[in-house]
Amino acid sequence: MTDLTETDPAAGEQVVKRFMYVNRKAPHGTVYALEVLEMVLISAMFEQDVHVAFLDDGVFQLKKNQDPGRLEMKDFSKTYRALEGYGIEKIYVEQESLDDRGLAAADLVIPVEVIGRAAMTELMAEMDVVLSA
Amino acid sequence: MAYQFNGTSIEHDEEGFLEDIGQWSEDLANHIAQTEDLTMTPEHWEVVNFLREYYQEFQIAPAIRVLTKAMGKRLGAEKGNNKYLYELFPYGPAKQACKIAGLPKPTGCV
Amino acid sequence: MLHLVNKSPFERKNLDACLKHAKPGSAILLYEDAVYAALTGTAVTDTMTGAAGTFAVHVLEPDLAARGLGTDRLIAGVRPVDYGGFVDLTEKASSVQAWL
Repeated sequence: MTDLTETDPAAGEQVVKRFMYVNRKAPHGTVYALEVLEMVLISAMFEQDVHVAFLDDGVFQLKKNQDPGRLEMKDFSKTYRALEGYGIEKIYVEQESLDDRGLAAADLVIPVEVIGRAAMTELMAEMDVVLSA
Repeated sequence: MAYQFNGTSIEHDEEGFLEDIGQWSEDLANHIAQTEDLTMTPEHWEVVNFLREYYQEFQIAPAIRVLTKAMGKRLGAEKGNNKYLYELFPYGPAKQACKIAGLPKPTGCV
Repeated sequence: MLHLVNKSPFERKNLDACLKHAKPGSAILLYEDAVYAALTGTAVTDTMTGAAGTFAVHVLEPDLAARGLGTDRLIAGVRPVDYGGFVDLTEKASSVQAWL
Protein backbone atom coordinates (compact mmCIF):
# COMPACT_ATOMS: atom_id res chain seq x y z
CA MET A 1 0.00 0.00 0.00
CA THR A 2 3.01 2.29 0.15
CA ASP A 3 3.88 2.43 -3.54
CA LEU A 4 0.83 3.95 -5.15
CA THR A 5 0.90 7.43 -3.64
CA GLU A 6 4.61 7.91 -3.10
CA THR A 7 7.03 9.13 -5.68
CA ASP A 8 10.78 9.21 -5.40
CA PRO A 9 11.81 12.13 -3.15
CA ALA A 10 15.21 12.23 -4.87
CA ALA A 11 13.47 13.18 -8.10
CA GLY A 12 12.18 16.32 -6.40
CA GLU A 13 8.59 15.14 -6.48
CA GLN A 14 6.46 15.67 -3.42
CA VAL A 15 5.58 12.65 -1.37
CA VAL A 16 1.85 12.52 -0.81
CA LYS A 17 0.79 10.59 2.24
CA ARG A 18 -2.63 9.54 3.38
CA PHE A 19 -3.45 11.39 6.59
CA MET A 20 -6.47 10.81 8.78
CA TYR A 21 -7.59 13.07 11.59
CA VAL A 22 -9.95 11.20 13.91
CA ASN A 23 -12.30 13.27 16.05
CA ARG A 24 -13.64 11.47 19.13
CA LYS A 25 -14.51 14.31 21.54
CA ALA A 26 -17.64 16.41 22.00
CA PRO A 27 -17.08 20.03 20.88
CA HIS A 28 -17.30 22.45 23.82
CA GLY A 29 -16.39 20.63 27.03
CA THR A 30 -12.71 20.33 26.08
CA VAL A 31 -10.38 22.04 23.56
CA TYR A 32 -9.63 18.90 21.51
CA ALA A 33 -12.23 19.46 18.78
CA LEU A 34 -11.09 23.01 18.01
CA GLU A 35 -7.41 22.04 18.13
CA VAL A 36 -7.90 19.19 15.65
CA LEU A 37 -9.91 21.45 13.35
CA GLU A 38 -7.08 23.97 13.29
CA MET A 39 -4.62 21.17 12.59
CA VAL A 40 -6.77 19.98 9.68
CA LEU A 41 -6.93 23.50 8.18
CA ILE A 42 -3.16 23.87 8.44
CA SER A 43 -2.57 20.42 6.97
CA ALA A 44 -4.56 21.51 3.91
CA MET A 45 -1.63 23.79 3.00
CA PHE A 46 0.73 20.84 2.54
CA GLU A 47 -1.00 19.12 -0.38
CA GLN A 48 -1.44 15.81 1.37
CA ASP A 49 -4.27 13.32 0.98
CA VAL A 50 -6.30 14.41 4.00
CA HIS A 51 -9.17 12.42 5.48
CA VAL A 52 -11.26 13.54 8.45
CA ALA A 53 -13.25 11.06 10.50
CA PHE A 54 -15.83 11.61 13.23
CA LEU A 55 -16.72 8.82 15.61
CA ASP A 56 -17.81 8.31 19.23
CA ASP A 57 -18.61 11.71 20.80
CA GLY A 58 -16.80 13.38 17.88
CA VAL A 59 -20.02 13.18 15.85
CA PHE A 60 -21.47 15.87 18.16
CA GLN A 61 -18.98 18.36 16.64
CA LEU A 62 -21.02 18.41 13.44
CA LYS A 63 -24.45 18.90 15.08
CA LYS A 64 -26.47 21.67 13.41
CA ASN A 65 -27.71 24.80 15.24
CA GLN A 66 -24.93 25.06 17.82
CA ASP A 67 -25.08 28.35 19.69
CA PRO A 68 -22.19 28.62 22.15
CA GLY A 69 -22.44 32.44 22.26
CA ARG A 70 -23.81 32.40 25.79
CA LEU A 71 -20.79 30.39 26.90
CA GLU A 72 -18.70 33.18 25.32
CA MET A 73 -17.16 30.72 22.91
CA LYS A 74 -16.73 30.89 19.17
CA ASP A 75 -19.16 28.85 17.09
CA PHE A 76 -16.55 26.82 15.26
CA SER A 77 -19.19 24.42 13.94
CA LYS A 78 -19.48 26.97 11.11
CA THR A 79 -15.82 26.41 10.28
CA TYR A 80 -16.43 22.81 9.18
CA ARG A 81 -18.28 24.34 6.24
CA ALA A 82 -15.01 26.00 5.17
CA LEU A 83 -13.28 22.62 4.73
CA GLU A 84 -14.56 22.25 1.17
CA GLY A 85 -12.90 25.56 0.19
CA TYR A 86 -9.68 24.27 1.74
CA GLY A 87 -9.89 21.24 -0.56
CA ILE A 88 -10.76 18.81 2.21
CA GLU A 89 -13.64 16.73 0.98
CA LYS A 90 -12.97 13.25 2.36
CA ILE A 91 -15.11 13.39 5.48
CA TYR A 92 -16.42 10.26 7.15
CA VAL A 93 -18.85 9.77 10.01
CA GLU A 94 -19.42 6.45 11.73
CA GLN A 95 -23.00 5.15 11.56
CA GLU A 96 -22.94 3.35 14.92
CA SER A 97 -21.73 6.47 16.69
CA LEU A 98 -24.61 8.47 15.20
CA ASP A 99 -27.13 5.78 16.16
CA ASP A 100 -25.97 5.61 19.79
CA ARG A 101 -26.46 9.37 20.08
CA GLY A 102 -29.83 9.71 18.37
CA LEU A 103 -28.36 11.56 15.38
CA ALA A 104 -28.71 11.16 11.61
CA ALA A 105 -26.83 12.60 8.62
CA ALA A 106 -29.56 15.25 8.27
CA ASP A 107 -28.60 16.63 11.71
CA LEU A 108 -25.09 17.53 10.54
CA VAL A 109 -23.73 20.90 9.29
CA ILE A 110 -22.01 19.46 6.20
CA PRO A 111 -22.58 16.60 3.79
CA VAL A 112 -20.48 13.63 4.88
CA GLU A 113 -20.00 10.02 3.96
CA VAL A 114 -21.64 7.89 6.64
CA ILE A 115 -19.94 4.51 6.93
CA GLY A 116 -20.26 1.55 9.28
CA ARG A 117 -17.69 0.66 11.93
CA ALA A 118 -16.23 -2.18 9.85
CA ALA A 119 -15.65 0.18 6.89
CA MET A 120 -14.10 2.77 9.26
CA THR A 121 -11.71 0.08 10.50
CA GLU A 122 -10.68 -0.71 6.91
CA LEU A 123 -10.23 2.97 6.07
CA MET A 124 -8.02 3.59 9.09
CA ALA A 125 -5.88 0.62 8.14
CA GLU A 126 -5.23 2.17 4.70
CA MET A 127 -3.75 5.38 6.12
CA ASP A 128 -0.08 6.28 6.39
CA VAL A 129 -0.65 8.55 9.40
CA VAL A 130 -3.60 8.60 11.81
CA LEU A 131 -3.96 11.30 14.44
CA SER A 132 -6.71 10.74 16.97
CA ALA A 133 -8.03 13.11 19.63
CA MET B 1 -0.36 47.71 22.70
CA ALA B 2 -3.22 49.71 21.30
CA TYR B 3 -4.39 51.88 18.42
CA GLN B 4 -5.01 55.42 19.71
CA PHE B 5 -8.00 56.44 17.73
CA ASN B 6 -10.90 58.94 18.09
CA GLY B 7 -9.99 59.44 21.73
CA THR B 8 -10.20 55.73 22.50
CA SER B 9 -7.62 53.06 22.90
CA ILE B 10 -8.17 49.82 21.00
CA GLU B 11 -6.03 46.86 22.02
CA HIS B 12 -4.04 44.90 19.46
CA ASP B 13 -1.44 42.15 19.57
CA GLU B 14 2.25 42.57 18.77
CA GLU B 15 1.59 42.33 15.02
CA GLY B 16 -1.31 44.78 15.05
CA PHE B 17 -4.25 42.33 14.95
CA LEU B 18 -7.24 43.42 17.05
CA GLU B 19 -7.72 41.66 20.38
CA ASP B 20 -11.50 42.08 20.10
CA ILE B 21 -13.01 41.83 16.64
CA GLY B 22 -16.15 43.50 18.04
CA GLN B 23 -14.28 46.82 18.26
CA TRP B 24 -13.85 47.07 14.48
CA SER B 25 -15.36 49.95 12.50
CA GLU B 26 -14.78 51.35 9.01
CA ASP B 27 -13.07 54.37 10.56
CA LEU B 28 -10.75 52.09 12.51
CA ALA B 29 -9.98 50.18 9.29
CA ASN B 30 -8.88 53.44 7.66
CA HIS B 31 -6.75 54.19 10.71
CA ILE B 32 -5.06 50.75 10.67
CA ALA B 33 -4.46 51.14 6.92
CA GLN B 34 -2.69 54.45 7.57
CA THR B 35 -0.39 52.81 10.10
CA GLU B 36 0.46 50.35 7.29
CA ASP B 37 1.08 53.23 4.84
CA LEU B 38 -1.96 52.27 2.79
CA THR B 39 -4.75 54.46 1.49
CA MET B 40 -7.99 52.58 1.22
CA THR B 41 -9.53 52.57 -2.28
CA PRO B 42 -12.77 50.88 -3.38
CA GLU B 43 -10.62 47.92 -4.47
CA HIS B 44 -9.12 47.63 -0.98
CA TRP B 45 -12.58 47.80 0.56
CA GLU B 46 -13.80 45.07 -1.76
CA VAL B 47 -11.18 42.70 -0.35
CA VAL B 48 -11.70 43.82 3.25
CA ASN B 49 -15.47 43.38 2.96
CA PHE B 50 -14.99 40.01 1.30
CA LEU B 51 -12.81 38.90 4.21
CA ARG B 52 -15.34 40.11 6.77
CA GLU B 53 -18.13 38.21 5.03
CA TYR B 54 -15.95 35.11 4.90
CA TYR B 55 -15.26 35.40 8.63
CA GLN B 56 -18.95 35.93 9.37
CA GLU B 57 -19.80 32.77 7.47
CA PHE B 58 -16.99 30.44 8.59
CA GLN B 59 -15.58 32.02 11.80
CA ILE B 60 -12.01 31.96 10.48
CA ALA B 61 -9.78 34.17 8.36
CA PRO B 62 -9.00 32.26 5.15
CA ALA B 63 -5.52 31.17 4.13
CA ILE B 64 -4.27 33.10 1.08
CA ARG B 65 -4.82 30.22 -1.33
CA VAL B 66 -8.39 29.88 -0.15
CA LEU B 67 -8.93 33.64 -0.37
CA THR B 68 -7.73 33.91 -3.97
CA LYS B 69 -9.83 30.91 -5.00
CA ALA B 70 -12.96 32.26 -3.32
CA MET B 71 -12.43 35.78 -4.71
CA GLY B 72 -11.88 34.42 -8.19
CA LYS B 73 -15.12 32.50 -7.95
CA ARG B 74 -17.08 35.57 -6.83
CA LEU B 75 -15.34 38.47 -8.58
CA GLY B 76 -13.61 36.92 -11.57
CA ALA B 77 -10.13 35.63 -12.37
CA GLU B 78 -8.59 39.11 -12.75
CA LYS B 79 -9.20 39.66 -9.02
CA GLY B 80 -8.75 36.11 -7.79
CA ASN B 81 -4.99 35.95 -8.10
CA ASN B 82 -1.93 36.66 -5.98
CA LYS B 83 -0.60 39.47 -8.18
CA TYR B 84 -3.76 41.58 -7.91
CA LEU B 85 -3.97 41.07 -4.14
CA TYR B 86 -0.28 41.78 -3.52
CA GLU B 87 -0.54 45.02 -5.49
CA LEU B 88 -3.29 46.15 -3.14
CA PHE B 89 -1.69 44.76 0.03
CA PRO B 90 2.09 44.64 -0.49
CA TYR B 91 2.82 43.02 2.88
CA GLY B 92 0.65 40.04 2.05
CA PRO B 93 -3.07 40.12 1.35
CA ALA B 94 -4.03 37.53 3.93
CA LYS B 95 -2.06 39.15 6.76
CA GLN B 96 -2.36 42.84 5.94
CA ALA B 97 -5.94 42.79 4.68
CA CYS B 98 -7.07 40.64 7.62
CA LYS B 99 -5.49 43.11 10.01
CA ILE B 100 -7.37 46.02 8.41
CA ALA B 101 -10.56 43.95 8.39
CA GLY B 102 -10.21 43.41 12.14
CA LEU B 103 -9.89 39.64 11.77
CA PRO B 104 -7.44 37.33 13.52
CA LYS B 105 -4.34 36.18 11.68
CA PRO B 106 -5.36 33.64 9.02
CA THR B 107 -5.59 30.01 10.04
CA GLY B 108 -2.92 28.07 8.21
CA CYS B 109 -0.64 31.10 8.12
CA VAL B 110 2.39 29.75 9.97
CA MET C 1 -28.17 16.89 48.20
CA LEU C 2 -27.40 18.28 44.73
CA HIS C 3 -25.23 16.13 42.45
CA LEU C 4 -23.34 17.86 39.64
CA VAL C 5 -22.28 15.91 36.52
CA ASN C 6 -20.42 17.45 33.57
CA LYS C 7 -18.93 14.55 31.58
CA SER C 8 -20.40 12.85 28.52
CA PRO C 9 -22.16 9.61 29.49
CA PHE C 10 -20.91 7.99 26.24
CA GLU C 11 -17.29 8.57 27.13
CA ARG C 12 -17.02 8.48 30.92
CA LYS C 13 -18.57 6.65 33.87
CA ASN C 14 -19.15 9.72 36.07
CA LEU C 15 -22.91 9.75 35.56
CA ASP C 16 -23.18 5.99 36.22
CA ALA C 17 -21.28 6.41 39.47
CA CYS C 18 -23.54 9.28 40.47
CA LEU C 19 -26.72 7.29 39.73
CA LYS C 20 -25.43 4.34 41.76
CA HIS C 21 -24.60 6.46 44.81
CA ALA C 22 -27.21 9.21 44.91
CA LYS C 23 -30.11 8.84 47.33
CA PRO C 24 -33.55 8.60 45.72
CA GLY C 25 -35.20 11.99 45.66
CA SER C 26 -31.99 13.99 45.49
CA ALA C 27 -31.36 16.51 42.74
CA ILE C 28 -29.00 15.98 39.79
CA LEU C 29 -27.83 18.74 37.48
CA LEU C 30 -26.39 17.78 34.09
CA TYR C 31 -24.18 20.48 32.55
CA GLU C 32 -21.38 20.87 29.96
CA ASP C 33 -20.92 17.53 28.11
CA ALA C 34 -23.27 15.72 30.51
CA VAL C 35 -26.26 17.42 28.85
CA TYR C 36 -26.03 14.72 26.15
CA ALA C 37 -27.40 12.30 28.78
CA ALA C 38 -30.75 14.13 28.83
CA LEU C 39 -31.77 13.31 25.25
CA THR C 40 -34.31 10.91 23.84
CA GLY C 41 -33.26 8.36 21.24
CA THR C 42 -29.77 7.60 22.52
CA ALA C 43 -27.98 4.58 24.00
CA VAL C 44 -28.43 6.00 27.53
CA THR C 45 -32.06 7.11 27.19
CA ASP C 46 -33.46 4.04 28.97
CA THR C 47 -31.15 4.46 31.96
CA MET C 48 -31.94 8.15 32.22
CA THR C 49 -35.67 7.67 31.81
CA GLY C 50 -35.48 5.43 34.89
CA ALA C 51 -33.31 7.96 36.70
CA ALA C 52 -35.76 10.77 35.97
CA GLY C 53 -38.35 8.81 37.97
CA THR C 54 -36.02 8.32 40.93
CA PHE C 55 -34.22 11.69 41.07
CA ALA C 56 -35.03 15.31 40.30
CA VAL C 57 -32.97 15.56 37.12
CA HIS C 58 -32.17 19.02 35.72
CA VAL C 59 -30.19 20.07 32.67
CA LEU C 60 -28.47 23.41 32.01
CA GLU C 61 -30.22 24.93 29.01
CA PRO C 62 -27.39 27.22 27.77
CA ASP C 63 -25.17 24.12 27.53
CA LEU C 64 -27.86 22.36 25.47
CA ALA C 65 -28.17 25.35 23.13
CA ALA C 66 -24.39 25.58 22.72
CA ARG C 67 -24.44 21.98 21.45
CA GLY C 68 -27.30 22.54 19.01
CA LEU C 69 -29.85 20.69 21.15
CA GLY C 70 -33.37 21.90 21.85
CA THR C 71 -35.49 21.19 24.92
CA ASP C 72 -37.86 19.33 22.57
CA ARG C 73 -35.42 16.40 22.67
CA LEU C 74 -35.38 16.10 26.46
CA ILE C 75 -36.46 12.91 28.22
CA ALA C 76 -39.82 13.38 29.94
CA GLY C 77 -39.33 14.55 33.52
CA VAL C 78 -35.93 16.19 32.92
CA ARG C 79 -36.22 19.89 33.71
CA PRO C 80 -34.24 22.55 31.85
CA VAL C 81 -32.79 25.35 34.01
CA ASP C 82 -30.86 28.52 33.18
CA TYR C 83 -27.95 29.94 35.21
CA GLY C 84 -30.39 31.44 37.71
CA GLY C 85 -31.97 28.02 38.17
CA PHE C 86 -28.52 26.53 38.73
CA VAL C 87 -27.93 29.04 41.54
CA ASP C 88 -31.35 28.31 43.05
CA LEU C 89 -30.64 24.56 43.09
CA THR C 90 -27.31 25.18 44.79
CA GLU C 91 -28.88 27.45 47.43
CA LYS C 92 -31.69 24.97 48.15
CA ALA C 93 -29.33 22.02 48.53
CA SER C 94 -28.00 21.05 51.95
CA SER C 95 -24.78 20.07 50.22
CA VAL C 96 -23.33 19.73 46.74
CA GLN C 97 -21.40 16.81 45.33
CA ALA C 98 -19.49 17.22 42.07
CA TRP C 99 -18.82 13.99 40.12
CA LEU C 100 -15.77 15.25 38.25
